Amino acid sequence: MSGFLLPDDSDPLTHPFWEGARRGELLMQRFTASGHYCWPPRPMDPVSRTLEYEWVPLSGRGTVWSIAIPHPPLLPAYTDLAPYNVVVVELEEDPHLRMVGNVVASADAPLNSVDPHSVQIGDPVQVVFAPVEDMVLPRWVKR
Amino acid sequence: MITPLKDATAIVGIGQTAFGKGLEDSELSLACQAISLALDDCGIAPSEVDGLASYTLESNREVDVARNVGLGDITWFSQVGYGGGAGCGVVTQAAMAVATGQAEVVVAWRARKRASKASRPWANVAQRIEDSMQWSRPWGLLRPVDEIAILTRRYMHEFGATRDHLANVALAFRKHANRNPVATMYAKPLTREQYMEGRWISEPLCLFDNCLETDGALACVVVSAERAKDLPQVPAYIHAGSQGIPPEHNTMTNFYNADPLLGPSWAAAKALWRYSDFGPADVKVAQLYDAFSPLVPLSLEGYGFCARGEGAAFTDDGALEWPHGRLPTNTAGGGMSEAYVHGFNLVLEGVRQIRGTSTSQVDGADVSFVTSGEGVPTSALLLRK
Repeated sequence: MSGFLLPDDSDPLTHPFWEGARRGELLMQRFTASGHYCWPPRPMDPVSRTLEYEWVPLSGRGTVWSIAIPHPPLLPAYTDLAPYNVVVVELEEDPHLRMVGNVVASADAPLNSVDPHSVQIGDPVQVVFAPVEDMVLPRWVKR
Repeated sequence: MITPLKDATAIVGIGQTAFGKGLEDSELSLACQAISLALDDCGIAPSEVDGLASYTLESNREVDVARNVGLGDITWFSQVGYGGGAGCGVVTQAAMAVATGQAEVVVAWRARKRASKASRPWANVAQRIEDSMQWSRPWGLLRPVDEIAILTRRYMHEFGATRDHLANVALAFRKHANRNPVATMYAKPLTREQYMEGRWISEPLCLFDNCLETDGALACVVVSAERAKDLPQVPAYIHAGSQGIPPEHNTMTNFYNADPLLGPSWAAAKALWRYSDFGPADVKVAQLYDAFSPLVPLSLEGYGFCARGEGAAFTDDGALEWPHGRLPTNTAGGGMSEAYVHGFNLVLEGVRQIRGTSTSQVDGADVSFVTSGEGVPTSALLLRK
């Protein structure tokens, strides 16, 4: 056990997203009737109030919208890596789509692999996929 | 316009325990002590209480409170969700129950033992996360302070807010606590230098941007305005109360919509002022929910005390400080320096300002404003003399 918190990918709603991450694809829920992207994923489209959606691959490009730099007290696995950056990235396809992540040096590099103070709002980033236990988490590298 | 809530009810009794860390009394004992004191404060017998209201996060059940305090038939009871966003909503719902005749005497309370490490909710999460926090916690955004740090950094970026502005908030509330003998930080002054050197918790937020960890309980008693006239204390009439969830809101991790800095306070504000005879300019004293210092400028903007983006600058020149500031705020010390009991201490201080019994009493405080947590589904309360 790594000690990192992980999503539960057994939910049929979110399972395709995590399967996409395992394949190296950043997927986004898009409702069929309206073409509306939703994040986080949900059962009903608030635009059309319909239930049919698909998972659409995105470019994986985005821009840093904000940054926090946590310091202890934290859960032990995260304490070992603190201070590290946590970013919110707005996605190229729609700046209102934002995902929480980390800027790292490379896909398999640890949370503290870049100086957290070197990450700035507006930095262009590209998704990478980091294996953690049986999951694959999207993280970000500067581009 | 029909406004059946306006001035129809009043807070007539208040009670609270000592605040501390690691208090020996159980949460149930603390709750019962605070409720008993609130009933004694207004001279109402426990047998007359027929309504109970609290937070969904309250661990004491109505049945246990009722058996200990000796309450009679409880015919109305309710809980409000979303942690620190609930407080003013709990009181508002109590007022609604009395105003509509569902109850005659409602006790609203919050009891909490937070200081033990085991009670920190963020430290007790399962390793596999099923709720919406699965989209943030795995990346190390673990605690409420980390979530608010994200919004704070963006707020600083968009509107030019600085750490000096956040220090204005922390220092004002500390000064008020230094005048309040029951405040946790009564004997501990805070300087700007100490603030700036405070250790980071989640950049850009340092230790002094965070609320305290407190054990304690508070309660208040709500009855009709008519009944209030016959009771010993100066009534704090409930002029308006509201709750708020804006569209596309995601509690705490509110990052996923068009404008995350337009938080729940904007929705609660619309509902509050719509039915009020007063506006922000009439408010003489405010208690603004302060689990984290940046929630104060965000609330000042949301509730219309200044324009959008001006909340940080509003705090300059001692604006939040008693006695000369334009809006003395958190006059007992707030969550950051008096006690953090999910904001219920803010409700009681709002009442004391109407009574004229605050340790930092604002002259002529005839309209007293209280908010609950910004960043989560929230609520607000407007009290009048």
